[in-house]
Amino acid sequence: MKKINTCTIEYSKITVDGNLVFESQSETFQEFAKEAYKSLDLSYPKFHKMDHLSKLAFLSAETILKDEDHSRTAIVFANRSSSLDTDFKYQESINSQDNFYPSPAVFVYTLPNICVGEISIKHKMQTENAFFVLDEFDENFLNNYAEQILQSGKADKVLCGWVELYQENYKAFVYLLTL
Amino acid sequence: MRKEIYITDYSCVTPLGFNVDTNWKALLEGQSGVDLHKIIDNQDALYASMIDSEKLNEEFNRFFTQKDIPNFTRLEKMLLLSIKPLVEQHTISEDTAFILSTTKGNISLLKNQSELPEAVYLSKLAGKIADFFGFKTKPIVVSNACVSGVMAIAVAKNMIQAGKYKDAFVIAGDELSEFVISGFNSFQAIGSGPCKPYDKNRDGINIGEAAAAVYITSNPSQNEKFRFNVLGDSAINDANHISGPSRTGDGLYASIRNAMAEANVSSEQIDFISAHGTATLYNDEMEAIAFNRMELQNIPLNSMKGYYGHCLGASGLLESIISMESALHSTLLPSKNFEETGVTQPLNIIRENQSAEIKYILKTASGFGGCNAAVVLEKC
Repeated sequence: MKKINTCTIEYSKITVDGNLVFESQSETFQEFAKEAYKSLDLSYPKFHKMDHLSKLAFLSAETILKDEDHSRTAIVFANRSSSLDTDFKYQESINSQDNFYPSPAVFVYTLPNICVGEISIKHKMQTENAFFVLDEFDENFLNNYAEQILQSGKADKVLCGWVELYQENYKAFVYLLTL
Repeated sequence: MRKEIYITDYSCVTPLGFNVDTNWKALLEGQSGVDLHKIIDNQDALYASMIDSEKLNEEFNRFFTQKDIPNFTRLEKMLLLSIKPLVEQHTISEDTAFILSTTKGNISLLKNQSELPEAVYLSKLAGKIADFFGFKTKPIVVSNACVSGVMAIAVAKNMIQAGKYKDAFVIAGDELSEFVISGFNSFQAIGSGPCKPYDKNRDGINIGEAAAAVYITSNPSQNEKFRFNVLGDSAINDANHISGPSRTGDGLYASIRNAMAEANVSSEQIDFISAHGTATLYNDEMEAIAFNRMELQNIPLNSMKGYYGHCLGASGLLESIISMESALHSTLLPSKNFEETGVTQPLNIIRENQSAEIKYILKTASGFGGCNAAVVLEKC
């Protein structure tokens, strides 16, 4: 298998194929994501409604998928904290009986695979997708899963990656694979 | 040549019983786990399918002694009970995968916490169950919303075919929680009564809870009770909306098409469809469109949601087990609570228990994030 492109996002920096493409002085993920969105010139208003995990996954995917045709590109993502960042926020909205305000707009992000859906929508990718939760980043596992998708002929490329976020701790390492 | 992959054993824990036989008997009698339950304090009671906690504890204490068990949560007890009979029958080796399908795991533990408890991490949940039975490989958690249970079968098949494992224990579980109930309720997606998949008067989901387990292998022994070949699978995204199903059924249609192509099985050959059928307006309509696009409208079909509610990450695996049980008993089960069609496309919805030879089963699911999944199973 060939790794065509890679993107790493951590510590308020975005690195694509080994080159630093964006760096921010902001201390929060929220600020960083907003600045990165501007810097990458994305003009996709839905971005602002996404939860943090989806923003992280989305930004990393944008740097790799660009405007090319991805109608045969599968997505295989994994992380450690599932959607716990948003789960925690949602739980706070229902903890108290006197202050019980569950929001559907927050609840929908309490699943880790929503970020895969967001990327699929942006790039019109009606393709194979899977989301795994693992104790630690396991590139071998992701590559094995991607490889069997490619060998079965169900896709020509696989956008693979680790998209981990809980509060201010985050890391995305996303890459594109072909046979 | 590709390896053949077989399901040769399964088990489940539901409100209708703690093993497959009691579940099957209850289903034949038309029993349902769905009832009115008060799940959130100060909120109205809702219809949901709930396991009686006292009975669960009794059953658990029958099989697990106190010294085995430091503090298992309710969900962990369900999972341990579902996998135990399989672990007793099949050896765990260095090449045995452990795959857990769940959406929310121990999410109930998050209530009123200021820090994340370790046990809410899905990988910790998987690790706890895997370690208890001495699994040797790293646990894999599949968390793809409501298609997780179907996808977990596909993951086992694909990883064994790729030569990474020789066999796999696939388990699935989700429990009723304030978290999930309040969320679906905020979407106004919860039905006012027992859910009525595909019916004219359907108005939403009943949430349910269950655990299920299957054993999948490329090398079945000669004395297996049965074998189902996992012939094909696919999981295609709608790329349409994160919380609403596609109006054209694109993702489900493509998932079924790909799974049947891999299985080398045509629409006429499918004997039975175990569909998703949540009883929301849009989901059931979307499925009807997708099945018609695949020319599957005449194939007998049911949704199990009227019996078990929607068990989220467990539903796909549980419903696959019941569909295999249907095939073994040559009996199609009715789609409970269905009276009059409420989808715009024709479907052959099963109305009563009926005998039928079932060789090829199509199992489908769809969920939030635009995900869909399909598998084709063959009774050998």
